[in-house]
Amino acid sequence: MHMLSRNATFNPHGQDSSYFLGWQEYEKNPYHEVHNTNGIIQMGLAENQLCFDLLESWLAKNPEAAAFKKNGESIFAELALFQDYHGLPAFKKAMVDFMAEIRGNKVTLDPNHLVLTAGATSANETFIFCLADPGEAVLIPTPYYPGFDRDLKWRTGVEIVPIHCTSSNGFQITETTLEEAYQEAEKRNLRVKGVLVTNPSNPLGTTMTRNELYLLLSFVEDKGIHLISDEIYSGTAFSSPSFISVMEVLKDRNCDKNSEVWQRVHVVYSLSKDLGLPGFRVGAIYSNDDMVVAAATKMSSFGLVSSQTQHLLSAMLSDKKLTKNYIAENHKRLKQRQKNLVSGLQKAGISCLNGNAGLFCWVDMRHLLRSNTFEAEMELWKKIVYEVHLNISPGSSCHCTEPGWFRVCFANLPERTLDLAMQRLKAFVGEYYNVPEVNGRSQSSHLSHSRGQSLTRKWVSRLSFDDRCSIHGR
Amino acid sequence: MGFTLSNQQQLLSKMATGNGHGENSPYFDGWKAYDSDPFHVTKNPNGVIQMGLAENEMCFDLIQEWVLNNPEASICTAAGVNEFKDIAIFQDYHGLPEFRNAVANFMGRVRGNRVTFDADRIVMSGGATGAHETIAFCLADPGDAFLVPVPYYPGFDRDLGWRTGVQLIPVACDSSNNFKVTRAALEAAYEKAQKANIRVKGLLITNPSNPLGTVLDRDTLRSLVTFINEKKIHLVCDEIYAATVFSQPSFISIAEIIEEDIECNRNLIHIVYSLSKDMGFPGFRVGIVYSYNDDVVNCARKMSSFGLVSTQTQHLIASMLSDNEFVERFIAQSAKRLKARHMRFTMELAQVGTSCLKSNGGLFVWMDLRRLLKEQTFEAEMVLWHTIIHEVKLNVSPGSSFHCPEPGWFRVCFANMDDKTMEIALSRIRNFVAQYKEPIAPRKNNRYWQSNLRLSFQSRRMDDIMMSPCMMSPHSPIPQSPLVRAT
Repeated sequence: MHMLSRNATFNPHGQDSSYFLGWQEYEKNPYHEVHNTNGIIQMGLAENQLCFDLLESWLAKNPEAAAFKKNGESIFAELALFQDYHGLPAFKKAMVDFMAEIRGNKVTLDPNHLVLTAGATSANETFIFCLADPGEAVLIPTPYYPGFDRDLKWRTGVEIVPIHCTSSNGFQITETTLEEAYQEAEKRNLRVKGVLVTNPSNPLGTTMTRNELYLLLSFVEDKGIHLISDEIYSGTAFSSPSFISVMEVLKDRNCDKNSEVWQRVHVVYSLSKDLGLPGFRVGAIYSNDDMVVAAATKMSSFGLVSSQTQHLLSAMLSDKKLTKNYIAENHKRLKQRQKNLVSGLQKAGISCLNGNAGLFCWVDMRHLLRSNTFEAEMELWKKIVYEVHLNISPGSSCHCTEPGWFRVCFANLPERTLDLAMQRLKAFVGEYYNVPEVNGRSQSSHLSHSRGQSLTRKWVSRLSFDDRCSIHGR
Repeated sequence: MGFTLSNQQQLLSKMATGNGHGENSPYFDGWKAYDSDPFHVTKNPNGVIQMGLAENEMCFDLIQEWVLNNPEASICTAAGVNEFKDIAIFQDYHGLPEFRNAVANFMGRVRGNRVTFDADRIVMSGGATGAHETIAFCLADPGDAFLVPVPYYPGFDRDLGWRTGVQLIPVACDSSNNFKVTRAALEAAYEKAQKANIRVKGLLITNPSNPLGTVLDRDTLRSLVTFINEKKIHLVCDEIYAATVFSQPSFISIAEIIEEDIECNRNLIHIVYSLSKDMGFPGFRVGIVYSYNDDVVNCARKMSSFGLVSTQTQHLIASMLSDNEFVERFIAQSAKRLKARHMRFTMELAQVGTSCLKSNGGLFVWMDLRRLLKEQTFEAEMVLWHTIIHEVKLNVSPGSSFHCPEPGWFRVCFANMDDKTMEIALSRIRNFVAQYKEPIAPRKNNRYWQSNLRLSFQSRRMDDIMMSPCMMSPHSPIPQSPLVRAT
């Protein structure tokens, strides 16, 4: 073991957290509507599978892009040889245009300020390498995407200091919580280099308010630090209030190239969520700071986007008819799907944070906890994974400060599977919790473990067989 | 309130504002000259011919034919679109199993099926660039070092050292024995590191060699294995040019050596590979880390999240490289064409008294122009280099950029152009050599003189740090390509 680096042997990348354990369980016993109806339904994966038909039909009508052709000529050789870390100009133009379109064309973006990277994973790590030295810190509001522990900390040696957000105000960022986080970092002798937010938020499924954005800008301006806005879900804001990008707010506040804060606001983007193409590894860094762009461009050598993929997507995203239609349909279908999940949860007596974006809901199961502790949250989570056979993500894996919250994804599975999942959940809650509270505690705690297990097994298998007939194929 | 540059620099990391990327060399005149005046056979016949780019354009006709005949290999054609969704959504860092199998199969065939590779040890990376950085992150801590025989590919300084904090220590090699790596040189480099209190974590070799174009013989390989086992350090073998070996002696992979009767702790052996040179696909970013050490495989695999291969590309490669008939034909044809090109080139050069290191692989020759140096210094090498760029109109790479300890050597690439262009390049060289029978003296109004003349970096992708927005890319080999003009 001493033969390897500290990186290789240490474990800050958090890949063994419960977030990933759930996946592992799913992998061992995945649900299949024919071959494994008792299997675990995957609701822990924030993927967008709702609009592939739109892309597939575009591909069918536009064979050139895929066949390494342009204007009838084969450009295979040129593409195969193209390794310029500035990226294909046509692709970068198409990307910034798409990003602007998602922002209602309220901003104009310069392709020369865009750096392509192998996914947002690489974009986020690259930003940290550019903005912070080992031992320095970034502030991140909780709850946050568990992958940040790996992406931002592992090889960079940079620390994350949480900004503790709570349900008391819908998990919004406040002046107080920002300040507290900054003080906390100081106490730990960590120099803060920036704040990193995800907007729309993962795992909350909400967009940041204009107020929050103003607050953030004032804060970073005051402290003289960076603001990185991971806007990877910007195209999934399906209902009001609309998505407001930090770029828009900069414009609002008349911050231009001459203002200090202009150069310290950066955006991360990717096509993994909005277009549902995580396999293609298309990420991007957008910065107004020439030095950051220059440094990030050089670093992108370690993770460029395949020229084959750049070429295909350049053609796709340059088709304005497609992008306009796609953005609108995507919103429509996500909205409907979220509505189904929310109503399914409600039938189980479960509510969630009022969300208007993302591929998931932030679900409130605090009332199902045996006690207001993370141990109780883990206990509940394990029941849901191992007994109800749903993989959802516990709030603790997202560093949430309050136990009892769970992220449940809705866009990565067919509607009928979502319905089934909700029925299982409803039955679970009914069996365990349909008993009046006794001495302030749910009677579920008096159920013996084995009885509980056989109960859940019975209704899971019953559900899978009988209720399938009543689920409408949609 | 004004915002000074130094304020700005403080707000960025040392990594971002420093020169660890190695591209801030004042000596990219060759690239600038090529950029501003690129050769084109009809549109600009007097332009600078690019011979500083180690790319393989010899067999695209074969590949294009295959792509045409196999439309299902692209998930976006009518034939393949039914797989689009599954491929587009697949982001497992293990990679598509068929991709790993195809790459393992290809690697075996390139080595004449003398060894087989385990698909489960194939880990993806963002090109060989990403592979090297990943290996360094896995094996070494900041401040640790790797020994590297000179001359070596300039990009190693960035790939292994920039973000990792790892240093490279040169192992001295020179022309007295055709730049072979000796045990004595290895020991000397190791001692030097020990004395300086630097912890050596491994030895990095490139076989076949860039820039030499030679392969390591069995004895040398065995002695390297013995050395690293004795010192208990890692051996990283960059075999990126494996399929470019076109004549005897054959290429011997480290994978073969460890199967022989030799004592070796396999946990110390790692291979870096890529399709950029053998197939000519640098744009597709297919890098591979292949390690015999399970912990390294696991760590590298997790790190591959930072540079996975696009599944669209994985799918294409999987189809192509599992077509055994095509693969065998490709390997054979590629070697044949490289051999012909190499032979023509070296013979023509020999006829005008210009010799190259005897080589049998790679996409370049290691040209000996020592006799044209006014004095055996790197300053003189720079003068000669500028003459070659600006008067002969060829962009070649000076040996100093490869950390070569002897002035006067130049790497000249020959596989990135068609026959016609190569003939023109050859005639220019012939004329130049005939003209300059005397060593080249410095020009009077030479504004290229700088106090620090040693080139620190010559890359496949060089650039100005403050690029102008409209600057044509210096990195695309075909400047008139429609790809570099935004439509």
